[in-house]
Amino acid sequence: MTIAAHESEHEELPAWSLPADAVDRVRLEIRWPERVTREWAFEGATGKGIRVCILDSGIEVGHPLVGDVQGLYAISLDEEGETIVSEDGQGDTCGHGTACAGIVRSLAPECELHSVRVLGGGYTGSGKVLVAGLRWAIEQGFDVVNMSLSTTKRDLAGTLRELADSAYFQRTVLVASAHNMPVESFPWRFSSVISVGSHESPDPMTFYFNPEPPVEFFARGLEVDVAWLGGSTLRTTGNSFATPHVTGLCALVLSKHPELTPFQLKSVLSLTANNVAP
Amino acid sequence: MSEQVRSAAAAGVLAADELHGSLIQSIVDVARAIFNAKAASILLLDEDAGELVFDGVSGEGSETLIGRRFPADTGIAGWVLTTRQPLVLENVGSDPRFSQEAADSTGYVPKAMMTVPLLHEDRALGVLNVLDRAQDKSFTLAEMELLGLFANQASIALELRLRGRRAGEALDGVGEDMGAVASFAATLDALPEERREAGLRLIAELEQLLAR
Repeated sequence: MTIAAHESEHEELPAWSLPADAVDRVRLEIRWPERVTREWAFEGATGKGIRVCILDSGIEVGHPLVGDVQGLYAISLDEEGETIVSEDGQGDTCGHGTACAGIVRSLAPECELHSVRVLGGGYTGSGKVLVAGLRWAIEQGFDVVNMSLSTTKRDLAGTLRELADSAYFQRTVLVASAHNMPVESFPWRFSSVISVGSHESPDPMTFYFNPEPPVEFFARGLEVDVAWLGGSTLRTTGNSFATPHVTGLCALVLSKHPELTPFQLKSVLSLTANNVAP
Repeated sequence: MSEQVRSAAAAGVLAADELHGSLIQSIVDVARAIFNAKAASILLLDEDAGELVFDGVSGEGSETLIGRRFPADTGIAGWVLTTRQPLVLENVGSDPRFSQEAADSTGYVPKAMMTVPLLHEDRALGVLNVLDRAQDKSFTLAEMELLGLFANQASIALELRLRGRRAGEALDGVGEDMGAVASFAATLDALPEERREAGLRLIAELEQLLAR
């Protein structure tokens, strides 16, 4: 790799170019089929080996629809107002995180599930906690992060965008809920994340590519039976339940094709969507 | 600030607060009617206390809930408020923890609940609950959209109420700045037409000067 003439203060940056004698460097392991099909993309996949993070209200351990949870962490504020990460013994403070985890598990039965709880630590400072949780999740190198939540705080948009970009470049896929209401919120509007809204079909494997972004995909989000607190289930509606369907799909595709970048993964999803490859 | 001006302003704020209260009540009544629901409520965020407070209730619980408070960061309402996303839950099971929490935040244990955030610009002001809508037909995404549109209207009412209260607090408290402005406005109002226009031009110039 060629090195840039100038060096930054902190790290050496390469020149963003590809000399003729370095083409081998971009040789891909993956052999793309003539046509990308669902069979090629995820048939037979279980999500095995893929680390999925649920950034939400926590996950209830022992829920039969969730199964094993490999990690439970909570982000909170210390007395000085600084964010800290700790092991989470509190479980789910709402039920929503458990619902999302159960949906991912139903699609990708062998994926790893990790909970990063960013809710339930006090209303004040919740935006700061959300940002810290996302940053920490990206630092852990999770393969997929499910974000069935967003913030309307404009002053957080810049930081969230930088985090979303850094995740994209280090192969952590962020799957984020589009807002259910006509308001501007983040991070789902960023092009470096996979954004999800709801359709009305009851099939969990039906998903559509949207040629008119910012919402890029539609998945099942109407009257979904989900895991909730106390080992219970209930029926829910909303984009926040469509999102873990796409997270589960991402885990399936990545477990079969772990070399895919977020860009390639998004391409595979678009090529296998019901309205593209009916 | 003269006593008359203060009294007049206080009376205005008080009357506006009553009107805003009626508007909130009307909104929860209409929300209940639109969805043919057993109850509807609006909860206002008290940011300093980190709590949600019942501000308007229609139907079940309307006698007892106004003013009741609970933490703003947990449970269904807490999730909705913090994440700014609505939640629609049905077939709510028999989990005692959920039931207790639902009872705390709604006044009784519903079978179905829709909770939507009330947002103004980039702030969350509170939440709107619609409980036990008629379930003779399945929920649709169009109803979800209606809920969101309705919440926008409720948000405006809530923002009006909050602004009215802030004005009231300014009058009740030290209120030096507000007092000076109100006193100046009263003086201006009492001037003959020509001098008042000159006064307004002077204010416009002063405003420009201060904004530099």
